Amino acid sequence: MADGSSVPVGAISSAGATTQRRSTLKRFSQRRSTIGFLLCLPLILLVAGFVIYPAFYAIYLSMLNKHMTKFIGLSNFTFLLKRHTFQLVIFQSCLFAVTSVVFKALIGFVMAHLMHNIPGKNQRIWRGLLLVPWVIPLALSTLTWWWMFDPSYSALNWLLNKIGIASVPWLGVGWIARFCTIAVNVWYGTPFFMIMYLAALKSVPEQLYEAAAIDGAGAVQKLLFVTLPMMRNIIAITVLFSLIVTFADFDIVRILTSGGPQDMTHVFATYAFQVGIQSGDIPLGAADSLFMFPILAVAAFFVLRGVTRRSKEIAA
Amino acid sequence: MRFTDSNRLTRRQALKVGAAATALPLVHIRSGRAAGKLSVAFWDHWVPDGNVIMRKQVDAWAKQHQVDVRADFITSNGQKNILTIAAEAQAQTGHDIEQFPTWEVHNHSDKLEPVDDVMQQLTGKYGPVNNVCEYLAKNKQGHWLAVPTSTGTQNKGPSARISVLKEKAGIDVQAMYPARPEYTAEQDNWTWDAHLKAAEACAKAGMPFGIGLGTTSDSVDTAGALFAAFGADLVDKDGNLTVKSDKVRQALEYGQKLVKFLTQDAVSFDDASNNRALISGKAALIWNPPSAWAVAKRDAPKVAADTWTFQAPKGPAGRFTPYLPFFWGIWQFSPNKTAAKELIAYLMQADNVQARCDAVAGYDIPPFDSMLNFKVWEEVEPPKGTVYNYPIRPFHKATPHIAASPAPPDIAVQIYNRGTMPTMLAKLQSGQSVDQVIAWASDELEGFTR
Repeated sequence: MADGSSVPVGAISSAGATTQRRSTLKRFSQRRSTIGFLLCLPLILLVAGFVIYPAFYAIYLSMLNKHMTKFIGLSNFTFLLKRHTFQLVIFQSCLFAVTSVVFKALIGFVMAHLMHNIPGKNQRIWRGLLLVPWVIPLALSTLTWWWMFDPSYSALNWLLNKIGIASVPWLGVGWIARFCTIAVNVWYGTPFFMIMYLAALKSVPEQLYEAAAIDGAGAVQKLLFVTLPMMRNIIAITVLFSLIVTFADFDIVRILTSGGPQDMTHVFATYAFQVGIQSGDIPLGAADSLFMFPILAVAAFFVLRGVTRRSKEIAA
Repeated sequence: MRFTDSNRLTRRQALKVGAAATALPLVHIRSGRAAGKLSVAFWDHWVPDGNVIMRKQVDAWAKQHQVDVRADFITSNGQKNILTIAAEAQAQTGHDIEQFPTWEVHNHSDKLEPVDDVMQQLTGKYGPVNNVCEYLAKNKQGHWLAVPTSTGTQNKGPSARISVLKEKAGIDVQAMYPARPEYTAEQDNWTWDAHLKAAEACAKAGMPFGIGLGTTSDSVDTAGALFAAFGADLVDKDGNLTVKSDKVRQALEYGQKLVKFLTQDAVSFDDASNNRALISGKAALIWNPPSAWAVAKRDAPKVAADTWTFQAPKGPAGRFTPYLPFFWGIWQFSPNKTAAKELIAYLMQADNVQARCDAVAGYDIPPFDSMLNFKVWEEVEPPKGTVYNYPIRPFHKATPHIAASPAPPDIAVQIYNRGTMPTMLAKLQSGQSVDQVIAWASDELEGFTR
């Protein structure tokens, strides 16, 4: 091998070992991803079986006629939009979800601050107590509320009567019934906001407040220029999550009013149940429930876009 | 275990075993459950004894016919029975026999096995069933899609406090509807006008009628009986809107007067509110089956002893008592339809119907007129005869009625479940005019007839 093309024996064995190591690593990484995939597979199957399939099946159902024998395209949607009752349902769903979320966010924000300022062990006790509404199964707690609003045995009316005030038909008059459903939702959902905001508050570095204080910032300025900017992403994500859950709420309205009086508390889910299951028009019920999707998709788009933008700003 | 020479099978032994095995099929071994399996979803009866007697009857039939029967009792609380039916209809699997509430037979008519043969057998023996059963369980071609059952089937006429109606409204309900087969002059005077006067008198005395204006079935059935008494159909049998008729206007004008004497929260009543109103001693009269009386018997015995159940008042078009039947139907996907039909026919034999009716203190109303003479309605107390007039007897001159009929069932189910009629009354109570209410109902009904 005097032509210079010869390769030292040691070099060959070294290159071979590298190649071998690379392919082993490749196989290993492949194996890791395979294992990862296999580990995720149950979850993927669950999501596919219980989320993706039902979602597409609902879309398919919403495009059938009442007896599910004929494809009718978007007729169910256009029919619903023309109905006065359904227009009322859209208005009420938005009113119910937006009002509830705004109040939950505000009360949760105030409570988180109050909680943040309670020192040591006491804070844990209060935190535990205030989480109770969120921990009790919603159907059960709503039943308790229903008993308090009940026409015959209302505990609230009993109290009002004791102080000389006439009974209030809590669930019998449209706007009062709307107020009651929203109030129960706020009562139930506020602890979630509180706990999320509290976690966010605890992650704000103390030095920022100290620096702001040195610059002469007061309490309100600290809140506006330190706390709020640092919490914006958590606030946005919490509001989005709560908006989705509140829009899809069924239990509270179903148990308290069943959509009454005079359809004045119906939301998408309760109306879909009444039309689809009780009245035997499953395609129309499916179309009704799908109206939530575009509203939530738009909300999710704007909220998540804001979160991404702010995250990039922070990273930069 | 290893085979040794001592336990090895010899040729002679093998021949013996072979001969015995060959002979086996020739011997009829009557093992348990030889005739297959059957599963039934019954309605979970309000009265616990209702389930016990049903299970007993099913077990007796299963033993006799060597069928392995599984009986499930599904509650109507939270409408779990309707959800189960909807799920099984979609999945095309589940129970063989299902107990269908009022409108569910028509909702799933294309998935049910016709039961003309069972009905032919039963009507041949017990006579025809009432008009509501025919309306709810027969398809357009006249085929029976389910068998009307007594279990859970109820009338919802008035249940009133004897003393309150006597003292405040001057109506002796026991004299009007005595516990004997008699059409009294007072019955003839028991009209919707008399009902209105009594409602006014009782409301003024602080004991209003516990009539709901919500959208659950008790409210719907009462409103349905009122509209029917005025001949006020919202949609006729051919599916034409008739809501703008004089008769509907008459019914609403009457309703406008009646709602003034109902409580302001009548619109938030559900099916338990009227029961509670009676049991708590706050209401003079409710429209309900004797379940409220049965609970009062346990929780408020004095109220129970002062309660009397009777027929609906009469209107210009007649006397219509709300009637809410259940049905037993067989899914087309059932693999054991023959056994299912046999079980249904067995359960609808008069002695079985009577045993079940006795067990639930007369709550269940049989669909056959010939079965409306059971002793239980005479014997139940206190007070003796309190539910004698609960079943519609021939001398009552009353007609069983389901709200929203005679509209085609696919429209009627929406009128019923959306609570269109009580909502019309609720709108009157909130101050809307008759014209506004008719305009609203017309718009709603147009949507139902699409």
